[in-house]
Amino acid sequence: MDFSQQFPIVFASLNTGFLQTLRLFAITLIGAIPLGLLLAVAEMSSFRPLRMLIKTIVWIMRGSPLMIQLLIIFYFPGLVLKNPIWGSGETGRFAAASVAFVINYACYFCEIFRGGIQGVPVGQEEAGLVLGMKPAQIFFRVKLLQVIKAIIPPMSNEIITLIKDTSLARIIALQEIIWAGQSFLKGSGGISGAIWPLFFTGIYYLVATGILTIVFAKLEKKLSYFR
Amino acid sequence: MPILEVQNLRKSFGETLVLDDISFSMEKGTALSIIGSSGSGKTTLLRCLNFLEKPDSGIIRVNGETLLDASSAGKADFQRNIRLKRLHFGLVFQSFNLFPQYTALENVMLAEKMLAKEQPDWKERKQARIREIREHGEMLLKDMGLQDRMNNYPHQLSGGQCQRVAIARALALNPDILCFDEPTSALDPELTGEVLRVIRGLADRNTTMIIVTHEMTFARDVADYVIFMDSGVICEEGDPREVFSNPQQERTRQFLSHYSQ
Repeated sequence: MDFSQQFPIVFASLNTGFLQTLRLFAITLIGAIPLGLLLAVAEMSSFRPLRMLIKTIVWIMRGSPLMIQLLIIFYFPGLVLKNPIWGSGETGRFAAASVAFVINYACYFCEIFRGGIQGVPVGQEEAGLVLGMKPAQIFFRVKLLQVIKAIIPPMSNEIITLIKDTSLARIIALQEIIWAGQSFLKGSGGISGAIWPLFFTGIYYLVATGILTIVFAKLEKKLSYFR
Repeated sequence: MPILEVQNLRKSFGETLVLDDISFSMEKGTALSIIGSSGSGKTTLLRCLNFLEKPDSGIIRVNGETLLDASSAGKADFQRNIRLKRLHFGLVFQSFNLFPQYTALENVMLAEKMLAKEQPDWKERKQARIREIREHGEMLLKDMGLQDRMNNYPHQLSGGQCQRVAIARALALNPDILCFDEPTSALDPELTGEVLRVIRGLADRNTTMIIVTHEMTFARDVADYVIFMDSGVICEEGDPREVFSNPQQERTRQFLSHYSQ
């Protein structure tokens, strides 16, 4: 099979893989942003044991490789606890990968959110207070937009890293785009020994990160009307 | 009846006693200036009046109404009941603390809008109320000489203009007593004049004010009464002409000598 014959087969397979990549990316954002916010609020609690607990969790999740976390979350229930909660097949692998990614990214987001919230000058809160505003009004009307403005650059960093990190789910054989590209090495769809599909996956990541870069630049520009 | 009575106010941060048994009162329509070196407790006193700090003990009374009896109020109690009571006071900060994402006019309107929303008639009178609040805000900013700057964001304004917006914002809720915490200390020397002029204008219209300042000439000329604080106590107080020209305490003399050429 020459390249022109290989290409449509590979293209279809990579598209299917990339769809799974995008699914994991979306689920991670949907889960990790609210969870990260929750962790950030807990980490700013005045109750010290809670703060210490969150700090410990964040340290573990940020301090160990996501790949190991994926392996532990996927294999631990079945192989160690003899309770294979993830079931078999792609659905189970996707569920396990989602849990690992959401927890891991929530910890990164938590630190970004906490930094953003604590970075708003205390004078903003005090100005709101002396004007008789309620704490909720101060948060939503005064601080929130300043927090969002402050966290856009670090969030765009993390989110661009996330789309590439989804490839780590290959380690538990999630059928994302790297898995799809690699399959043509061993043999798939009548093609074997082809390395180019694996290299070609890079284009997908470049397009995705390119779009994200543009979106975040737009957002940043939208909020550049104040300093 | 004095508009403000402060009795035996005490406040410490950890081991450090910052305010030690402060008592004074002031009459409606007068301007009080508080002078003293850095760390003498002036700012903490203002922050206590605006309930940004909870005094350890003491009483704050406005128009005869006891707003705070620190010895009897618990911390939770302090937080809960304080929000509307602090509207008796307005505070202008040294560093302006304008809300950066709002225009000058929006900065002035925000708090009044929030309070209007709590009124039962907000829903049916919304449009009319917003118009009233806008007109009020515009009037205040015009008063500050900022009619051309209303739709500018804080970062587009000079320090002096920012501080004048902050003064308009503090006036928007018609506080009984307007407090200034070193309103010109963060400004370039050439910008202090415009802010001092505005405050002087307020004094001429008998706005009740407490001004913490390092501008001695200004304090002497504008204030009806002056308090000199040192190490958390009121060291000397009285008519500004008396205190400035003929200080009774050695510490006051020392302090004022730094300002006389």
